[in-house]
Amino acid sequence: MNTIYSINGPVVKTACTKDFSMLEMVLVGDRRLIGEVIGISDELTTIQVYEETAGLKVGEPVIGTGAPVCANLGPGIISNIFDGIERPLRDMTKLTGAFVTEGSGLFSLDTEREFDVAMTVKVGDKLKGGDIYCTAPETPLITHKCMIPPDMSGEVVYTARNGKYKVNDIVLKLKLENGDIKELSLVQKWAIKKPRPIKKHLRATVPLITGQRVIDTIIPIAKGGTAAIPGGFGTGKTMTQHQLAKWCDADIIVYIGCGERGNEMTQVLEEFSELTDPKSGRPLTDRTVLIANTSNMPVAAREASIYTGITLAEYYRDMGYHIAIMADSTSRWAEALREISGRLEEMPAEEGFPAYLPSRLAEFYERAGYVETLNGKEGSVTIIGAVSPQGSDFSEPVTQNTKRFVRCFWALDKSLAYARHYPAIDWNSSYSEYAEELADYFNSVNPDFTELRHELSYILSEENKLMEIVKLIGADVLPDDQKLTIETARIVRVGFLQQNAYHKDDTYVPLEKQRLMMKVIVDLYKKALSAIRAGVPLSDIKALGLFDKAVKMKYDIPNDKLSMFDDYFKEIEEKIDALSIS
Amino acid sequence: MNNIQHIGLTDINGPLIALEGVKGAAFDEIAKIRLEDGSERIGRVVELEGDKVMLQVFEGTRGISLKNTRTTFTGKPLEIPLSTEILGRIFSGAGKPIDGLGEVFPEKMGNINGRALNPVARQYPRNYIHTGISSIDALMTLIRGQKLPIFSGSGLSHNKLAVQIARQAKITGEENADFAIVFAAMGVQNDVADYFRRSFEDTGAIERVCMFLNLSNDPIIERLLTPMCALTAAEYLAFEKNMHILVIMTDMTSYAEALREFSSSKGEIPGRKGYPGYLYSNLASIYERAGIIEGSMGSVTQIPILTMPNDDITHPIPDLTAYITEGQIVFDRELDQMGIYPGVSVLLSLSRLMKDGIGEGFTRADHSAVSNQLFASYAKVQEARSLASVIGEEELSKTDRAYMAFGELFERHFLNQGFNENRTIDETLDLGWDLLCTLPRSELDRIDEKLLDEQYNEQRGEKFKL
Repeated sequence: MNTIYSINGPVVKTACTKDFSMLEMVLVGDRRLIGEVIGISDELTTIQVYEETAGLKVGEPVIGTGAPVCANLGPGIISNIFDGIERPLRDMTKLTGAFVTEGSGLFSLDTEREFDVAMTVKVGDKLKGGDIYCTAPETPLITHKCMIPPDMSGEVVYTARNGKYKVNDIVLKLKLENGDIKELSLVQKWAIKKPRPIKKHLRATVPLITGQRVIDTIIPIAKGGTAAIPGGFGTGKTMTQHQLAKWCDADIIVYIGCGERGNEMTQVLEEFSELTDPKSGRPLTDRTVLIANTSNMPVAAREASIYTGITLAEYYRDMGYHIAIMADSTSRWAEALREISGRLEEMPAEEGFPAYLPSRLAEFYERAGYVETLNGKEGSVTIIGAVSPQGSDFSEPVTQNTKRFVRCFWALDKSLAYARHYPAIDWNSSYSEYAEELADYFNSVNPDFTELRHELSYILSEENKLMEIVKLIGADVLPDDQKLTIETARIVRVGFLQQNAYHKDDTYVPLEKQRLMMKVIVDLYKKALSAIRAGVPLSDIKALGLFDKAVKMKYDIPNDKLSMFDDYFKEIEEKIDALSIS
Repeated sequence: MNNIQHIGLTDINGPLIALEGVKGAAFDEIAKIRLEDGSERIGRVVELEGDKVMLQVFEGTRGISLKNTRTTFTGKPLEIPLSTEILGRIFSGAGKPIDGLGEVFPEKMGNINGRALNPVARQYPRNYIHTGISSIDALMTLIRGQKLPIFSGSGLSHNKLAVQIARQAKITGEENADFAIVFAAMGVQNDVADYFRRSFEDTGAIERVCMFLNLSNDPIIERLLTPMCALTAAEYLAFEKNMHILVIMTDMTSYAEALREFSSSKGEIPGRKGYPGYLYSNLASIYERAGIIEGSMGSVTQIPILTMPNDDITHPIPDLTAYITEGQIVFDRELDQMGIYPGVSVLLSLSRLMKDGIGEGFTRADHSAVSNQLFASYAKVQEARSLASVIGEEELSKTDRAYMAFGELFERHFLNQGFNENRTIDETLDLGWDLLCTLPRSELDRIDEKLLDEQYNEQRGEKFKL
């Protein structure tokens, strides 16, 4: 029997090296703590333990499982909340009370729950990896599709009848090419660190609509894209992630609370069960999976939580769904890597982070994508990762390395947050490489969409230049047309970019309303500009109250009464024209 | 477990000792080290390798040689005695009574390590705690079950503020709520600890206070245990005795420095500024022990105090703390020098939980509008001030001058208040409105028209004019 030789925090070593393989899952100690082999030398095997190691003794057994750390994939995942190694936290409270205890080795899915299974294949069918053999409604929004594991193929020799089954019931028997009979239930296992195979990557040309104006219009993200949200504490990373998780138009949200606050996860749990999805009217929990590894839970499981999350996402993608992953925060994950690396006494690179930090980040973000699945469906995984830079300094290693692997960068700015401008996404330093690829889509919604966006960006960048002057000599000395640019930019900032997450209409704004709002601002700007050129003083135009009205249109026009915009256009035209004539 | 005595050591390094030939020691368990003169010290297992054990000695290694020790392993993690009798008592950082009143008769023993609270079992904090301090109540409201640290600097009035909060804190809604304070001092000077004790005595609150003191000349390893002991006591009182507990911990900077000292003597690879890479996880294991459990009547609210080295908020200790805690109250040296008490830097401060704990049914319906507008307007004050420092105050536009005046009035009348002044929430919010009325109505863009019609009145601002 293999036994523990040394213990240092979550890192445990055993003297035997022959029985274990890299990344194999092992059970450590008398309490069977879950661990993973992360290093093998000719003398010692190194294991990181996903649970609290206090009380573990030298000499206790270490048992190999012969398989890597796997996620259990099957119906019952959606609406659930798991810890970093996919243990169901709700069931855990029933078993061990309010505090998390170790060694409770629970199965991820509810083995007693029955699903209405409908078989989609018959005896004699030849199936290959990825093919769907049965479906079952999982929540009112999501139909679960059980697929042949990617590395398997064969001929169906038995199918169960349609009816109610539990996750571990055998519903299909497959005769493999070598003649073996393989029994399949509703569950399959997949190693969390191995990407699930696909047929091919497709170009990302469809945006993930978030209902957040600054994102959809200025810095959009594609379905299957990658984005990073870096920001110091208090700039609203979590708030932005929550908003995206609530309102983006993905089919399923995987929310990973990685090394963050416990109360935040509780808030997500509470809020998401009360809020309804704008498309279906169902509670948001019907399309959400939560993975909670709060900052005080064991650090090795924090490292695993990111992989568990993406594996669940890939599994649903393979059924043909569009998934958005919120990872809050990837910095805590990087710190978990650093902590484990330190305990292994590896040579550190920048700021104590291991040298393999960039490659781990790249591996993670590369698992995003808009793909054609093995069974010929289209699905996507979008990754939105929060980054918590140390000291709010974007030059630190995690932010810099993340920037290399994501194509959308939503930088949160401290000074905007201090002025309570939310979402505090800084339009000057943020960027999206998807803007061009998505232009066709936006223009198909309405041909002037891209043009309006360019106008807004132009006004903002002009303001940026003018503010340099204003800072030195004050705004009073500027000519009227430049004052108008500053005044219009204020409407863009306060009336358009700022969005109130607590307002019933403003929290989610449909694309068409975003476009009309842009149009009001641009119309107003153009009309006012030509009036000023015709000699009308800006103060007279301001006295019309149109600017104040434009700032408040986000609240004044409900999302379902977009026809009200017509009055705005009419009013702008009539009032300014009247001024020009007089 | 066993009574085997291990004689002698193989290695001593700072607070760490190593011994060989040990069988069956468990990670994190407590060992007793008896010296030749009969004195006993406590050590904790921090690393195991084969039959070699590394121990961290809480009282320090002074006087320990390789030969003069007899070590026995207890087979248990560090536990402290718990009962409601701990209120009114004073303990050392390691949980031993130091007030001369004898041992505590325990109802149960509590493992100081605690365990992570399952997010499913948590209840989201919503009820606010009234502190009677305008800046906190209006702008960074303290919520029951929150962890809201005070970031301060040496010589600022953070201790005074903590005492005022402890004295005035009132839980609204439940008038007979059982309320108590757990106070943990880490590496503070004797007179600071004494200041807190006297303040609690003066107000008669001392019977409801449980103190854990690790002074600046006490051993550093004991400092690492102090917050854990205090929080174990707090969790017991809150979740088993259904009390509302306010935990005040000062100074977290000394705690983190003790952790760095321990880490470097253990030969670990340092992260930023020499602090160990696990500083975040370690601080989280303290701060995350605040909250409310579903189905339990009690709550643990934390106010950790830390002094920012060189007033630098980007230093790892305040930086990592703010990433874990639910907001922060930041002191500003400039305001303090102007004689403003409490000199809270409004723009840097934040309470993340206040959004759900204010408004109708908690404080007052207009609370969120007033606080948003005060924040936004005060942010504009800073812009006007920086412009004035370039072009001179005379050259400012009329609006900017109005902001300059508003900024001064806001600091003098709203932020500034007496040490014994306990303002009601109505007083605080009305004062906020009065100040906002000194600004032109068109500048109040965070408040909707209906509310402005009700409240805005230029005369309200007049009373501040000379």
